[in-house]
Amino acid sequence: TAGLQSFSTLSPQPLHVCIVGSGPAGFYTAEKLLKKHQGAQVDIIDRLPTPFGLVRSGVAPDHPETKNVINQFSRVAQSGRCSFLGNVTVGSSVSLAELRELYHVVVLAYGAESDRVLGIPGEDLKGVHSAREFVWWYNGHPDGRNLDPDLKCTDTAVILGQGNVALDVARILLRPTSELAKTDIASHALTALEQSSIRKVYLVGRRGPVQAACTAKELREVLGIKDLHIHIEEADLKLTPADEEEMKNSRIHKRIYELLSKAATATPSQPSSGQRELHFVFFRQPDRFLESYDKKGYVSGVHLEKTALKGIAPGKQIAVGTGQFEDLACGIVLKSIGYKSVPMEGLPFDHRKGVVPNLQSRVLSDNNSGDPPLFEQGLYVCGWLKRGPTGIIATNLYCAEETVASISEDLEQGSLASTASLSKPGRDGLLQILEDRDVRAVPFSAWEKIDEEEKRLGSLRNKPREKLTTREELIQAALV
Amino acid sequence: DTSEGGNEQEETISVTFVSKDGEETQIRVPIGMSMLEAAHENDLELEGKNHDFFVGACEGSLACSTCHVIVMDMEYYNKLEDPTDEENDMLDLAFGLTETSRLGCQIVARPELDGIRLAIPAATRNFAVDGYVAKPH
Ligand SMILES: Cc1cc2nc3c(=O)[nH]c(=O)nc-3n(C[C@H](O)[C@H](O)[C@H](O)COP(=O)(O)OP(=O)(O)OC[C@H]3O[C@@H](n4cnc5c(N)ncnc54)[C@H](O)[C@@H]3O)c2cc1C
Ligand code: FES
Repeated sequence: TAGLQSFSTLSPQPLHVCIVGSGPAGFYTAEKLLKKHQGAQVDIIDRLPTPFGLVRSGVAPDHPETKNVINQFSRVAQSGRCSFLGNVTVGSSVSLAELRELYHVVVLAYGAESDRVLGIPGEDLKGVHSAREFVWWYNGHPDGRNLDPDLKCTDTAVILGQGNVALDVARILLRPTSELAKTDIASHALTALEQSSIRKVYLVGRRGPVQAACTAKELREVLGIKDLHIHIEEADLKLTPADEEEMKNSRIHKRIYELLSKAATATPSQPSSGQRELHFVFFRQPDRFLESYDKKGYVSGVHLEKTALKGIAPGKQIAVGTGQFEDLACGIVLKSIGYKSVPMEGLPFDHRKGVVPNLQSRVLSDNNSGDPPLFEQGLYVCGWLKRGPTGIIATNLYCAEETVASISEDLEQGSLASTASLSKPGRDGLLQILEDRDVRAVPFSAWEKIDEEEKRLGSLRNKPREKLTTREELIQAALV
Repeated sequence: DTSEGGNEQEETISVTFVSKDGEETQIRVPIGMSMLEAAHENDLELEGKNHDFFVGACEGSLACSTCHVIVMDMEYYNKLEDPTDEENDMLDLAFGLTETSRLGCQIVARPELDGIRLAIPAATRNFAVDGYVAKPH
């Protein structure tokens, strides 16, 4: 708007903005900020030497189209007023308090890098992993490299959860490895999957086929895996009036239900010999994990409680335990029950929800007695850290739109109007601090060297890219 | 796009994009070109205020839903071929889904579509709501 433009032309001093986290939330925020504020200098920092967050380390290797958004983000990073600084961890390389001193505006978009826990006995047994770690492992995230899940000790894997991440994990376990070999899957994961003895995967959900949290694209894909036997209990597909009501209000739930019903009737009742199997297990919740008799400390199954649905509001049903139990034997469990953000020193945090408390992206101060709300000046959030770990990449686009709208409003007439005219050191100040502490920041041009090297290594193996999976290798490729 | 094979007098149709503030931009789109490509060619997404949402995160490969447009006249909507399952899968996730929603990367210019008007969905979004939850349809 006119007001903002006059701000940028009148002010000889650029507006220094720091964005923490280079995933979709960070990049969309940068894009919208740069477009809206001609006087803004935007630095995006990330703790990894590589940019793009979960687009690189979350999105499945067999979804290359989804990763096309990287091209758009790269154009943002290459534009004059933006810079990427990888290998810089907020909290250890530099503190949040320091960033707030250096920059007019700090936007936190550092995602959700921890897990919800079930809090049931046996959760620490070996062989029980979070899906987040498993995904990091097959996507070559440096922190997932050492997970080394044992896929050879068992023929059965249980996945707790039926959302898209759960379906991704199931697909990676069940898809022919000859198909995965053509993707950018980490080579250590490909090798382990080639040697895997897992033939049966159970996807366990607390509720029924009408409430499944996945999307149709992901479901269609897993149902379409070559030579896979799909098992769905016919009885689970029976609809109650409450289910019908839920479906009437949700196009997506209706279509998911239809896909599952079709799959249930389309597959023969018994798998052919040697065929891999995918079992949808509805109306079950984990009660505890079972320990193996002969391998102490290792998981050998999950004790499940049957559930029933209970309506709590029109169109909303929750699962409640029925007191009936059964065991499901397996040698590996992947918990896909939700990501959770990590708190940061000096940052208000809602530990229950696992997000930063905010109003339209403005971070709410601790000890807020309510009216009017107190905000942390110049501090904003975006993405999973702000909304919680749900939604697709595009959700972050709309999320960033809101974040930038709030920043713009505060610049024009709110809390930033006076501070924005103060001179701040911005990037130069940050680089100085990093130099003093011997932190080797990886600029975008250095990431491009990593990118080139990964593509070169990939071309040798007919893969689009061979990811470098340790910090050392990445830094080495970056700083040649 | 290489499909024209050097034909310089290529046929075009008129397409009007209506931004979320109601601002209209009319462009000529060659037969065979998708609305997403056309928006790109005309730099519609670069104008900032206008058509900000026409970004096509997956570059037209049916994997993102950011190219969601609303066909403004039922008459034109009915001239389009039915969406495939794959397009519907993505429309499930589109914000502000309507009865005449389509993906811009899947609408390809044909002579019958001359005069079509496409609206960019308004930014009435609620972030308490999961992106996976689609509007009733
Ligand atoms: C397994 C999985 C698969 C998915 N598949 C799809 C899909 O196919 N299609 C789709 O549309 N969406 C998919 N999503 C959703 C999508 O990835 C998310 O919506 C999106 O990545 C969230 O963006 P974000 O920027 O908030 O977080 P992230 O993408 O997680 O980015 C956070 C960034 O912050 C950095 N960071 C963390 N801590 C610090 C720190 N202290 N200092 C500096 N930097 C830090 C991280 O390294 C990371 O780069 C998937 C998600 C998951 C988990
Ligand atoms: S551009 Fe991604 S679905 Fe159309």
